[in-house]
Amino acid sequence: MSDSYITVDGNEACASVAYRCSEVIAIYPITPASPMGELADAWAARRRPNALGVTPRVVEMQSEAGAAGAVHGALQAGSLCTTFTASQGLLLMIPNMFKIAGELTPTVFHIAARTIATHALSIFGDHSDVMAARSTGWAMLCSCSVQEAQDMALIAHSATLKCRVPILHFFDGFRTSHEVNRIVSIDDKTVRSMLDDELIRAHRERSLDPDAPVLRGTAQNPDVFFQAREACNPFYDAAPGILRETMADFAGRTGRRYDLFEYIGDPAAQRVIVMMGSGVGAAEEALAALNAKGGKVGLLKVRLYRPFDARAFVAALPVTVRRLAVLDRTKEPGAGGEPLFLDVVAALNDEWTAAQRIEVIGGRYGLSSKEFTPAMAAAVYDELAREKPRRRFTVGIVDDVTHLSLKWDPDFITESADSVRAVFYGLGSDGTVGANKNSVKIIGEYAGLAAQGYFVYDSRKAGAVTVSHLRFGPRPIESTYLIQRASFIACHQFHFLERMDVLELAEPGATFLLNSPYDEKQVWDRLPREVQETIIEKRLRLWVVDATAVAREVGLGNRINTVMQPCFFALSGVLPREEAITRIKDLIRSTYAKMGQSVVDRNLAAVDRSLEVLREVEVPATASASHRRLPPVPGEAPDFVRRVTAMMIAGKGDLLPVSALPVDGTFLTGTTRFEKRSIAQEIPIWDADLCTQCGLCPLVCPHAAIRSKAFPESTLEGAPESFESRPWKSKEHPGYRLTIQVAPDDCTGCGICVDVCPARSKEVAKHKAINMSPQREHLERERANFDFFLNLPELDRRTVHLETLKGAQLLEPLFEFSGACAGCGETPYLKLLTQLFGDRLLVANATGCSSIYGGNLPTTPWTCNAEGRGPAWCNSLFEDNAEFGLGIRLGVDQKRAMAETLLRQMSAAVGESLVEAIVECRGTDEAALAAQRERIALLRQRLAGDASPAARRLLALADQFVPRTVWIIGGDGWAYDIGFGGVDHILASGADVNLLVLDTEVYSNTGGQASKSTPRGAVAKFASGGKESCKKDLGLLAMSYGSVYVAQIAMGANPLQTLNALREAESYPGVSLIIAYSHCIAHGIDMSTAMTHQKDAVSTGYWPLFRYDPRNAHDELHPLRLDSRKPTAPFKTFAEKEARFAMLQRSNPAEAKRLFEQAQADIDARWRFYEQMVGVTRHNPEPAEAEEIHS
Amino acid sequence: MKVDLSTRYLGLTLRNPLVASACPLNQDAEFLVRLEEAGAAAAVFPSLFEEQIEFQQQQVFGLYEYGTESYAESLSYFPELEDYNVGPTEYLRRLRAARQAVRFPLIGSLNGMTVGGWIHFARLIEDTGVDALELNVYFVPSDPRHSGEEVERRYLDLVAAVRKAVRIPLAVKVGPYFTSFGHFARRLVDAGADGLVIFNRYIHPDIDLEALAFRPNLCLSQSYESRLSMMWIAMLRGRCGAYLAATSGIHEVEDAVRMLLVGADALLLASALYRNGPAHFTQLALGLEAWLGEHEYQGVAQMKGSLSRENCPNPEAFERINYMRSLVAFTGKPI
Repeated sequence: MSDSYITVDGNEACASVAYRCSEVIAIYPITPASPMGELADAWAARRRPNALGVTPRVVEMQSEAGAAGAVHGALQAGSLCTTFTASQGLLLMIPNMFKIAGELTPTVFHIAARTIATHALSIFGDHSDVMAARSTGWAMLCSCSVQEAQDMALIAHSATLKCRVPILHFFDGFRTSHEVNRIVSIDDKTVRSMLDDELIRAHRERSLDPDAPVLRGTAQNPDVFFQAREACNPFYDAAPGILRETMADFAGRTGRRYDLFEYIGDPAAQRVIVMMGSGVGAAEEALAALNAKGGKVGLLKVRLYRPFDARAFVAALPVTVRRLAVLDRTKEPGAGGEPLFLDVVAALNDEWTAAQRIEVIGGRYGLSSKEFTPAMAAAVYDELAREKPRRRFTVGIVDDVTHLSLKWDPDFITESADSVRAVFYGLGSDGTVGANKNSVKIIGEYAGLAAQGYFVYDSRKAGAVTVSHLRFGPRPIESTYLIQRASFIACHQFHFLERMDVLELAEPGATFLLNSPYDEKQVWDRLPREVQETIIEKRLRLWVVDATAVAREVGLGNRINTVMQPCFFALSGVLPREEAITRIKDLIRSTYAKMGQSVVDRNLAAVDRSLEVLREVEVPATASASHRRLPPVPGEAPDFVRRVTAMMIAGKGDLLPVSALPVDGTFLTGTTRFEKRSIAQEIPIWDADLCTQCGLCPLVCPHAAIRSKAFPESTLEGAPESFESRPWKSKEHPGYRLTIQVAPDDCTGCGICVDVCPARSKEVAKHKAINMSPQREHLERERANFDFFLNLPELDRRTVHLETLKGAQLLEPLFEFSGACAGCGETPYLKLLTQLFGDRLLVANATGCSSIYGGNLPTTPWTCNAEGRGPAWCNSLFEDNAEFGLGIRLGVDQKRAMAETLLRQMSAAVGESLVEAIVECRGTDEAALAAQRERIALLRQRLAGDASPAARRLLALADQFVPRTVWIIGGDGWAYDIGFGGVDHILASGADVNLLVLDTEVYSNTGGQASKSTPRGAVAKFASGGKESCKKDLGLLAMSYGSVYVAQIAMGANPLQTLNALREAESYPGVSLIIAYSHCIAHGIDMSTAMTHQKDAVSTGYWPLFRYDPRNAHDELHPLRLDSRKPTAPFKTFAEKEARFAMLQRSNPAEAKRLFEQAQADIDARWRFYEQMVGVTRHNPEPAEAEEIHS
Repeated sequence: MKVDLSTRYLGLTLRNPLVASACPLNQDAEFLVRLEEAGAAAAVFPSLFEEQIEFQQQQVFGLYEYGTESYAESLSYFPELEDYNVGPTEYLRRLRAARQAVRFPLIGSLNGMTVGGWIHFARLIEDTGVDALELNVYFVPSDPRHSGEEVERRYLDLVAAVRKAVRIPLAVKVGPYFTSFGHFARRLVDAGADGLVIFNRYIHPDIDLEALAFRPNLCLSQSYESRLSMMWIAMLRGRCGAYLAATSGIHEVEDAVRMLLVGADALLLASALYRNGPAHFTQLALGLEAWLGEHEYQGVAQMKGSLSRENCPNPEAFERINYMRSLVAFTGKPI
C-alpha cells in the first residue's frame, strides 16, 4: 500500500480515528482536549459517516461528569462510544470510569494529558491527571507522538472490543496534542477492518434490552462483593496479550509496529531509562548521541501502563542492565515514589530472575510541559553512571531547596545539522502562527520533507506574543522539545527587539528576517545595542521587509503573515523559491476560498509584493547603537517582582530556582502595573475643553487604562507642563480640579472609550472629548502625565456620590491592566466592583476567562490601595465556585463571630461603649466603614499593651469587624452548566453572598463552545449548525426562590442601572445574583463599538434589563422592576450585526430564518411574561439575619 | 381600435413599456409573479453589489480570524466554516428562482467595483438565464485628483470589458453628472452598451441631527424629478444609437406619457411600486392605453420620440431659452 501523508496535530490525528470508531460521542470542552470534541462535532454536523457508515451522534454535556454519564448510558445501550478530556475533566469522570470498568464495558476515552490544579492551575501537559485515574480499572495506553496518537487510538478501539477492558488512551497535552507533524494517515478501510463485527455484536448483545432483560448496577453486601470484584481478573490477565495481538494486527495492516514495551539502544546496555509519553523523543536523541560515543545506554518506552505486564516489561529489558532510571511526569507528594517507578520496582521484584540485582532510581520531569531536552535525558544517564546515584531526583529545574535536581549540560544539543530550524516571533493578531501552520503543511505534504511545528502562546490575550518553532528535514522529526539552535529567526514585530531577546536561539551564521518599518539603509541604527552585538558576534545575515506597509497596501491590515511567509521560503531555501510560492498560493486559495475571492486576491497580492521589497542589510563590523533593550520591570518594583516576576516577564522563568517561588501558590497582588507592555498603536487622548466629566470613558475601559481623578488645585504643583485638568463640577469641592488620564503603556488601544464618549466638538463633528491618536507621538508625554496622576491624592470616599456614575468613576479601581482581550466585555464590571467595594472584597473566581486574566502568571490585575487594602482573590475549580464562595462567607462569618465573642470577653479592657459601637456597626456606607475602622484603631490602641492570649487573639481578628463582601464570580459555562448544581444550592442558602455571572453566552476561554446560555440561532462550537434550543433563563430560575436579589444588567446599555444593581446586591443581606451581559470576541463583533452595541441587545428585547429585589416582596409592593423599555426593534436588527448569528444566515439561510423566527418568539414570550410579572405582588418572609442563615 | 402598448427594449419585445426597476422588492420570486400578473412588462432584478460582497468577505475574514492563534486555550472562536456563503451564491440562487418563476423578460443588474469583479459577476448573472443585464454604475468620484476624463474612462473600460464577457443585451444605468452627457452617452454606446438607463437616482445620505453623523436615508422619488431624465432622453433620442429607458420620478400616467413622447423605449418604476404595490402597473397600463386611445395614437411605437429634440416643434426649449422662459413665467414680466 502507498502511504498517504497528512499534516495534522495530535488532537486531530486521534479524533479522526475516535470519530470513525464511534456511534455516540459525549463531549465537554477542556484544554487541551477541546479540539477533539470540536472536530467531532463539526464532522457530525457535516454528516460525515463513521467506519460503520452512520453519522455518530455528538452531544455536548454540562460537564465532564455528565459526558462520562452519557457515555456510560450509551455503552449500556450497546453503542460504540468515546469521549475526550483532560485534567480536572478526567477527575470528574472517575466515578463513572470505575463503573464502566467494573461492568467490563469496551470503550476508549482519549486524554490530552494535562496537569491537575494544585497550588496553581496549569493548562499544560503532564501525567498527573491520568495517574489519578490509574485505580479505575481502565487499561492505559500511551502515545508518544502525533503519529502514535492516531495509531494507538485505533489499536485501543479495536482491542477494547476484544478484551472488554475500557482503555484510557493518552498523549501529552500540548507537546503532542498541539504539535503539528507530518504523519501517515489511516484510511477508512483499515479502520473498518479493525472493528470486528462479531465483537461489536457481542457488545450489543450484552446491552440493556427489554427483549432480553438483565439487571446491572446492583448493590452488593459483604457476603459477595469481594468475590464478585475478583471475578474480572481473567480479563485483566488477558488484556495485555490482546493489546499485543492487536498491535501485531495493526502492524500487518499498516506496517507500523508497536509493542507493550519497546526497548531501543545498546543491546548490552547497563544503564536504561524507563519512561512514557512525548519525552521519549528527546531521550532517544540523547541515547543516540551517547551511544555514538560508546555510551552503552538504553531506553525502554512504556506504551501499555495498565494492566502493567510485569513479565513483558522484564522481558523487554536487556539482561545486561544494571541500573534503571524511571522517569515520571507527575508528582505524588508523600509517596515512596511516583507511580511508574513503583510499578517498575514491583515488576522487577516479581519477574527479574537474573542473579545480578538491578538498582532502580526514580525521577520527576516535565511537570506542566516543562521542557525535557536531550541534555536532561543525558543528565539522567550520567546520574546512573555515578557511583552512588540519587535514589530520587528531579530533572529540568534547579532545586536549591531540597537539592533533588540533576544538573544538565546546556551545550549538549542534538539538533540535526541537516534540518532547517526556524523560530518566529509574532503577535497573535498578525497571523504568524496560522502562516506557520500552513508552511508545515506545504513542506510536509507537498515537498516530501518531514515537518514539525510547535507553538508557544502568551499568558495574556491582548497583544499576545507567539513563538513558533518549525523544523524541516529529510528524516522523521521526533524532537519533542523547543528548538535550541535556530538556523532561521524571524521577528514579525519590530518593537519586540526592545523587550525580548529574539536572537537568543540563533546559531552562528543563521538568517535573521526582520519586519521593519526602516529600510536596509536605516534599520541598523534603530536596532538596540544588544541586537547589533549579537548579529555581529554570531555573524547573522540580516534581511528586512516592511511587511506592515505591504499588508496595508494590499488591504490586509495588520495581518502580515502572507508577506512574511514567502520571505521565509525565499531565505530558508527549504523549497525552491518558485515552487514554494506556487504552493503558498495554492494553499491561500484553498484556505481562504470559503472566505471569498477578495480575501484570496488580497493574500495573493501580498505574496507577490513581499519578495519585491525584501532586502539584505549590510552588517557593519561594530555595534553603534546607544539605546538598549528595556528592562522587564521598572527599578522601583518590589523585590519579588524584580527578582521573580521580571524573569517570567522576560521569558526566562525556566531559570528560576525552587527557592524563588512561594511554597503554597500565594502571590502578592497589584503586579500588572509593573509590566509595561505598551501594545497599543493608538491611545485615547483627552480634550479637556470638550469634556462633560460624565465618567463614561473610565467606566467602560476594560483595562483601567483611562482614569479620572478629582483633586485639590494645590496638588498640581510640580505637574508636567502637558498635564491637563479642568475645574471639577462639584458643589462640595470648590477649587478641585478633574483630570481624565490615559495609562499609555497599559492601554490596549481598543477604542471603546472613544466610542462611548458623548461630547463632540462643535467645529469638527468627528472630534470628541477623547480621541484615539498614535501612541508613539504621545508616549513620553503621557507617561510623565500618568506618573504624576498616580501620585495625586485619592478622594476621601466619604465625600463621593457613589450613586452617580461620575462619582463612582472618581474612585480608585483595584483591578487594572489585565491581560484580557482588547475591548473585553467582562472586565469593566470587575473594575467597577472594585471601585465600589474593593477594599473589603473577597472573590471566589470560577475557572475561565476571569480566572485567566485575573490570576495567570506572571502578573495579576487585582491590586490594593495606598492603605494596602484590596480584593483577596482565589480560584478553586470550575465546577465548585458557588460552593467555594459560600465556604469563604462561612469562614469569614465565623471569624467575625469569634472576634465578637472575644471582644465581649475583653469588654472591661476595651470599654463597654466601644464594644457596643463595634458590634452594633453593620453599616456599609463609606462613612460607617470609616468610623468602624477608626473604632478598630482605637481598639488596637487600647489593647496594645495587653499581652493576654485573649487580647492577642482578638487583635488578630479585629479587622473582621469591618463588613466583608463576598463575590462569587464566573462565566456562563460555570453558572449555567458545570456549576449550576452548586449555584442553585447557594441561591437556596440565603447566605449573604453575591454571584456575578459574566455572561458571554459561550465558553469564551476555551474558544467559544456553546453553553446553555447560548441563544437560539447562534453559531458556536458544538452548535455549528446554529443552537437549536433557547437560552436558559437563569434570572427567572433564581427569582423563583423569591428570596434572591436578581438583576440582569448591560453596562453599555444602561450604566446607571449597572451601578445601582451592584450596590443593591451588595447591600442585600442574602443571596444576590447579577447576570451581566458581556460582549466577547466569540460574538463576532467589532469590539471597538461593542459597548454601544449593547444598546441594540436591550432595545430589541434580546437582553431585557431588570431587577428583582426581595426587599420589595411584601404588602402591595412589586419586587420585579423592568429597567428597559418594551422592544422597539426586531431581534434581526441586533443579530445581523454579529457574526455568530450572521454566519448561519450565510451558511444555511432557511435554517437561519426558522431559528431567527423562533428566537424572536422567545424574546416576545419572555417580554410578555416579564411584563406580567412586573404587576405581580409577592410576599416573602423578611430575609433572615445572616447568622441564622449560615447556621 | 385597440391601442398597441408593446415596445422594444434591449432587443426584447415588451408587452408595454412599464418595467419594474431594480429594487429590493424584486428579489422575491413571488413578488415578481404578482408583478407579472399585474401587467408589468419586465423586471430588473436588484443589483448584485460587488462592494458589498467584498465588504462582507473582508468582515467575515476579519471577525473569523480576530483573536485567533493568540492564546493557547482559545486558538479560534468559531467552528470551521463550511458551506459558508460569503460570495454571490445566495443572490444567484434567488435570481435563478426568479427566472424560473416568471415568463416576462427578467433583467439582471450588477454594481461592480473592479473590472475583474464586473466581468466575473456579469458572467455569473448571465448564466442564470436572464434576458439582459443592466450595469448599475454607481460611482462617486470622491477623489478630487481624478479628472473627468479619468472618470469617464473608467466607465468606458468596464462597459467594454463586460460587453466582451457576456452575450446578452447590455444596458448601462448612469447618473447625470457628466460635463457633456450626450457625448459621453455616445461613447458608452460605442463601448458596447445596447441601452442607456437615464438616470440613476443617487441616494445621497442624510444627516442624523442627534448623532451628528451621515446616515443612509431612502427617499422615494417625486414626479418632478422626471424632468431631467425627460430632457436627456429627448436630446438623445435618435442621436446615440441605443435603447433608452427612463427612470426616476415616473409615477402617474402623465409621467409615463411624457417619457414616451420624448423617446423612452421603456419606463422603469421603483418608487411608484413602493408606494402603490404591483396593482399600480395595472392602473398605469390602463391609463396609458386610455390616453393613447383618447389622443388617437395607434400605439406606443407611433408616439415614441414624437417629441424628441429632433421631432419637437421648439427644440430651442432644450437650451438656454428654456431657462429664460421659465423665469418669465415666474416673474410674469417679459424679459
